[in-house]
Amino acid sequence: MATAGSIRTLPDFSLSPRIDQVGVEERASRFTKRSIKKETKMNGLKLVLNMIDLTTLEGKDTDGKVKQLCYKAMHPHDAVDGIPKVAAVCVYPSMVKVAKKAVEGSGIKIASVVTAFPSGQAPRDIKIRDTKYAVNEGADEVDMVISRGKFHAGEYNFVFDEIAAIKEACGTARLKVILETGELGTYDKVRRASDIAMHAGADFIKTSTGKIQPAATMPVTLVMLEAIRDFYYKTGKMIGMKPAGGISKSKLALHYLVMVKETLGSDWLTNEWFRFGASSLANDVLMQIVKEKTGLYQSANYFSVD
Amino acid sequence: MAKSAIKKSALRVSENGLEKKTSSKRLEVLKTYKIYIGGQFPRTESGRYYTPVNKAGEKLANVCLSSRKDFRDAVVAARGAFGGWSGRAAFNRGQILYRMAEMLEGRKEQFISELLRQDSTKAAAQKELNLAIDRLIYYAGWCDKFQQLFSAVNPVASSHFNFSVPEPMGVVAIVAPQGDGLLGLVSAIAPVIAGGNTCVVLASETKPLCSVTFAEVLNSSDLPGGVVNILTGKPAELISGMVNHMDVNATIYCENNSSVKASIREQSAVNLKRIYFYDHLNWQKDEGQSPYLIMDTQEIKTTWHPIENIAGAGGSY
Repeated sequence: MATAGSIRTLPDFSLSPRIDQVGVEERASRFTKRSIKKETKMNGLKLVLNMIDLTTLEGKDTDGKVKQLCYKAMHPHDAVDGIPKVAAVCVYPSMVKVAKKAVEGSGIKIASVVTAFPSGQAPRDIKIRDTKYAVNEGADEVDMVISRGKFHAGEYNFVFDEIAAIKEACGTARLKVILETGELGTYDKVRRASDIAMHAGADFIKTSTGKIQPAATMPVTLVMLEAIRDFYYKTGKMIGMKPAGGISKSKLALHYLVMVKETLGSDWLTNEWFRFGASSLANDVLMQIVKEKTGLYQSANYFSVD
Repeated sequence: MAKSAIKKSALRVSENGLEKKTSSKRLEVLKTYKIYIGGQFPRTESGRYYTPVNKAGEKLANVCLSSRKDFRDAVVAARGAFGGWSGRAAFNRGQILYRMAEMLEGRKEQFISELLRQDSTKAAAQKELNLAIDRLIYYAGWCDKFQQLFSAVNPVASSHFNFSVPEPMGVVAIVAPQGDGLLGLVSAIAPVIAGGNTCVVLASETKPLCSVTFAEVLNSSDLPGGVVNILTGKPAELISGMVNHMDVNATIYCENNSSVKASIREQSAVNLKRIYFYDHLNWQKDEGQSPYLIMDTQEIKTTWHPIENIAGAGGSY
């Protein structure tokens, strides 16, 4: 009865905790009231930069664009000393090989979006091949999207099995599961999808593809962080979090760090367990770092174009 | 039945004299003089205000005492608006400046009453307002004409079509003149935006009323939000933040304070801002308007465009 035993450990996902919308939005807004200045701000900014998954997911991406982004990942702003590298570069599977070669030896990870990103509307065997292709090309991390249509139809087993199948196809690569919260509609569903993803083997849960509005918001991220916290208490297993899309200002990014710290604790404050999916955030963080160092408010003219 | 009830109540009101009382007791709805950033009318984020007084000792209003943070927010708005404004057809910019003049003309009474409260005489107020309107018309006309005057096709000794054209600098910080609360403001703003720049203006500290009302004119003139941002407050507090901001491309200072001028020169060096001092200009005279004032906030861009040298083969264009 080994199989029956393992099945019994899975919760009934339709009974995932319901979310108090007013409460969660109020709580999330409190995190924006903390005053972070001077040295703390500087450390926070460097941490934010070090947690960024520098992303380019465009149909028009070329080898040159990806190489340029990889260079930026390794050398965000050489004019100032002591600036950390970003965590990873996130690209489409067809660009993984180029990116992998470009960041060789830098310690920067290559993440790739798979499973017919961003819609996820493809048969499972194609999604699995997509995943295996990205991993074979050298992706260290894999960002999959869940089947939102099936999720809305209540086919939680389908969603669960699909995540488990992709996890298997990933091998040693870490799996980030994109819930696309902008298409889920309610916090209850975000919580339920988070629970499904974590039980099915996600290493990270991620808010959005960045192709749908609204993307990451603080309340949605808080709901997911609380799901991670409950999962950790229940199983002892740490799950990472990646808000993506719509975070382009360093002030907002610092608010997110406060939220992580006060919800999950300092253990999650590394790029091993927390990431920002963003492209324009990096430049804003760099401008703030230079402002802190020089005392002068900066202009985008003096930072790389991305 | 209903009719008689209405009649009765109407009667009661006039009997008690309530009608008269309510109108005489009515509180006037006074305008809150706020600042203008990104097409919105926020209060200063600092929550501070000051109360300028005219010569008769009358308090003009509680006016926002803008902070450096307000200035930075305004720069963000101005930078955001720059691409759209500079990218518009010059003719369209002219139309919008003309529209500003129309809106100003339509609110003459209001501006004159404000000018009078700010120590102007009736005749002087009338003159200042007319000049301000005419000045907008003047620059509206120049919007799509100064480029031809100041650009050139240059003779070069290689196979290139070589031409130089003026292009707007970007975000311009303006410290408006203290006198001529309306005319000085308009005269400083108009050439800057006529050329496609966006700006953040610090209005006259002692005569700020017209500047805020002028923002309402801008707001109803199809001028995109962020192209002109108007702050009220103390130059002494704000100038340093204006000139050492890396995202400001030029500074215009309309007063004649030599120590302030020196500090502007010094601090503008951080990003090689262009600096212009307009203290010598009399805005009431013709010297207060000129296409050269538009050119102050323009940069000349020279383009080398390769061409096939067909003249060598005996042909030509």
